[in-house]
Amino acid sequence: MISRIEQDHSRFREIIRGKIRDNLRKYVSRGDMIARKGKDSVSIPMPQINIPRFIHGDNSQNGVGQGEGEPGDPIDGGDEGSGQGKAGEGEGQKALEVEVSLDELAQILGEELGLPRIEPRGSQSLETRKDRYVGLRTTGPESLRNFKATFKRALKRQVAMGTYDRDRPIIVPVREDRRYRSWRSDPRPQTNAVIIYMMDVSGSMGDEQKEIVRIESFWIDTWLRSQYEGIESRYIIHDATAREVDRKVFFRTRESGGTMISSAYKLCSQLIDNEFDPEQWNIYAFHFSDGDNWSVDDTSTCIKLLKQQLIPRCNQFGYGQVESPYGSGQFIKDLRSAFAEEEILVCSEIKNKEDILDSIGEFLKGGR
Amino acid sequence: MTRLSDRLRELQREIEGYATEFGLDCFPVVFEPVDYRQMCEIAAYGGFPVRYPHWRFGMEYDHMLKSHTYGLSKVYELVINSDPCYAYLLEGNSFVDQKLVMAHVYGHCDFFKNNAYFAYTDRRMIDVMANSASRIRRYMDRHGVATVERFVDVCLSLDNLIDPWTPYREANRPRSRPEDDDDNDDDGEAGKLRNARGYLESYINPPEFLEAQKRKREEEEQRNKKNPRHPDRDVLGFLLKHAPLESWEADVLGIIRGEAYYFLPQMQTKIMNEGWASYWHSKIMTTRALCCDELIDYADAASGVMAMAPGQLNPYKIGIELFRHIEERYDRGMFGKEYEECTNMAERANWDRKLGLGQQKIFEVRRLYNDVTFIDEFFTLDFCREQKFFTVKENRRTGRREIEGREFDKIKQRMLQQLTNFGQPFIYVIDANYLNRGELLLGHSHSGVDLKMDYARDTLRNLERVWRRPVSILTELDDKPKRIRYDGSEISMSDEVAAFQFTG
Repeated sequence: MISRIEQDHSRFREIIRGKIRDNLRKYVSRGDMIARKGKDSVSIPMPQINIPRFIHGDNSQNGVGQGEGEPGDPIDGGDEGSGQGKAGEGEGQKALEVEVSLDELAQILGEELGLPRIEPRGSQSLETRKDRYVGLRTTGPESLRNFKATFKRALKRQVAMGTYDRDRPIIVPVREDRRYRSWRSDPRPQTNAVIIYMMDVSGSMGDEQKEIVRIESFWIDTWLRSQYEGIESRYIIHDATAREVDRKVFFRTRESGGTMISSAYKLCSQLIDNEFDPEQWNIYAFHFSDGDNWSVDDTSTCIKLLKQQLIPRCNQFGYGQVESPYGSGQFIKDLRSAFAEEEILVCSEIKNKEDILDSIGEFLKGGR
Repeated sequence: MTRLSDRLRELQREIEGYATEFGLDCFPVVFEPVDYRQMCEIAAYGGFPVRYPHWRFGMEYDHMLKSHTYGLSKVYELVINSDPCYAYLLEGNSFVDQKLVMAHVYGHCDFFKNNAYFAYTDRRMIDVMANSASRIRRYMDRHGVATVERFVDVCLSLDNLIDPWTPYREANRPRSRPEDDDDNDDDGEAGKLRNARGYLESYINPPEFLEAQKRKREEEEQRNKKNPRHPDRDVLGFLLKHAPLESWEADVLGIIRGEAYYFLPQMQTKIMNEGWASYWHSKIMTTRALCCDELIDYADAASGVMAMAPGQLNPYKIGIELFRHIEERYDRGMFGKEYEECTNMAERANWDRKLGLGQQKIFEVRRLYNDVTFIDEFFTLDFCREQKFFTVKENRRTGRREIEGREFDKIKQRMLQQLTNFGQPFIYVIDANYLNRGELLLGHSHSGVDLKMDYARDTLRNLERVWRRPVSILTELDDKPKRIRYDGSEISMSDEVAAFQFTG
């Protein structure tokens, strides 16, 4: 039976999920949440979960204390006294931080945006077997012997046989007592997926634009991760030339100089050539830029690359254009006119942080 | 639940013996050993094994389990005010810890039984709570979990709007209050004073006086028509009587109100209760129960309980020190005119009349006082100096909290302010037919601190849910009288001529 408190606890979790869903737009547009990311969970600050009452406003600043010190001595540093008190008395002002697993978050995101589950392409033929330990059996290699179960059996047997001596509790397992861990092999369709992020880091991309990219890629990452196990991420930055970098560099670098988007597309295409066979990999590419390309020639090179190299091989190619005060924003128009009917290529304009949620929706609603 | 081990039962008998020896007068105590999960569960339920389902218990549980797991804090001891008195022991605590907890529990139990403010609490609250829980469960089955839970939220949002004096009134008050009636009724003309000598008529009953009396009478009549006749602090009780509630809603509101009144004395006597229990665990442990090899562990645990975080008051610490101080004063006769008027510091310091009244006095105090009266009467200048109290102020420049000073009057006044109405605002129902439109008007008797506005707005929304007509509250904001109103769709705020102040 589930205990009462477990029920209350799950109600509480449900309410929190509801709160997150209600405020998803706010949470999504805020960058500090990513900073709170743990290994596979995020802690989210949760305001107003407390029950509202008519209470006095902030009066705690002027209180009474006890101890040594001269007037003017600061007393902070100690945090709230750890409650040795009786529970249930006085609800302190806890800024509630709720841990939510990334999977749960992705699920909320999916429900809220109505994202379809992604159907992996092409790789049904690929199967791996995964071994999982389940239960026990009576034979097996010694290295898998389960000591606890073995000794339990032995103890039971000795008690039953009457050879167990309370005062000298020596347990001697015999052959029949031994228990070994056993396993089951589950066939699993293997799905490999890789996300290739590309970002324009030319002079016109400011900190705010990068922040938007950072947040947006965090959420895309979260969603795709919930759809594929063990997803890979690659990062490419470009100005007039492109290079592959690690995650940290991707979000921190600020270069200046011109913009040649084709350089990034070329590198991306090479990366796919060398490492990710489209037969076996689900490939997602996202490119973020302010839409200010160097020349019309380069733009047509980009379109050619997309048509011939990238679109045929990707599940999805997303282009997100972040509005910046310097960019002309021409690139997205060129793409739209060139690929009006193309489903694989999704373009999205992101004016400010508020737009991030909608943009994510646009990118992912295809379910590819 | 499991039963007490032989060793612990033996220990209980021993501690109970000491308690009786010292004159503590307790309900029978039942100790239940629980593991830490159960402890967190019970603590989340405020000590009661069965409560109605509600998410906030889950939240408490979540919080407690986490801080327990990360070793931030743990629930040491948990006692319920009931007869018999139930207390929980955490399995896995060391033997000396259990000893300490038991001694502490007997202190609490004596306090529950004997303090005047607990006189009207229901000592079978465990059963009451279990019954209300099953009723609320039934309502949930019938009307849906979300609906009922939402309404419980609404009620909880109002559960501090109660009148601490209600229990005494309902228990003792005669049916009508005579002093209300005999004021004016004997005389024909309003407020006219009896006058045997006709020529003094214009002097004894001048026309303007008669006029004023008449107006007063009219106001009185107006007030009699008003509901409530006098501002009523028991807002919950008022709603229960007058709000258009469905029967299940009324029942839920009644349950929440009952629990609020049950927990009230515990809030009123936090410092005293913990101080009393600490005083006795210390006394029992150090003079009787402690074995030599347990001394260090005991000292460690006890000092943890008494620890004072900077800038915060620990009720355990203040309580125990104050009880000890009182005991010493009355043992040495340090009270009364002679002592107060003595200005020779050396003489004062060595004052000893060998009265030995300390024990008698603290037992009297534990019976008659609550936190406010306790601090008001016994928080003396000497005590304040001895215990190194100070006031705290935020430094606006650095944003840090700093020691402001050590002025006795200021310290005491602040403490009393914090304790009065246990730090809750005074709020009254003024009018149930406000503007003659059936709107509910509340008044906040402002005492220096504004209401927390975002909470106040949400609370008004909840109030409207119960009253089903627009609701307003008179309050002050930045020293200006304001009225905040919620009409079911939006919150509005308007200026008022005068602030509401409750006067007798």
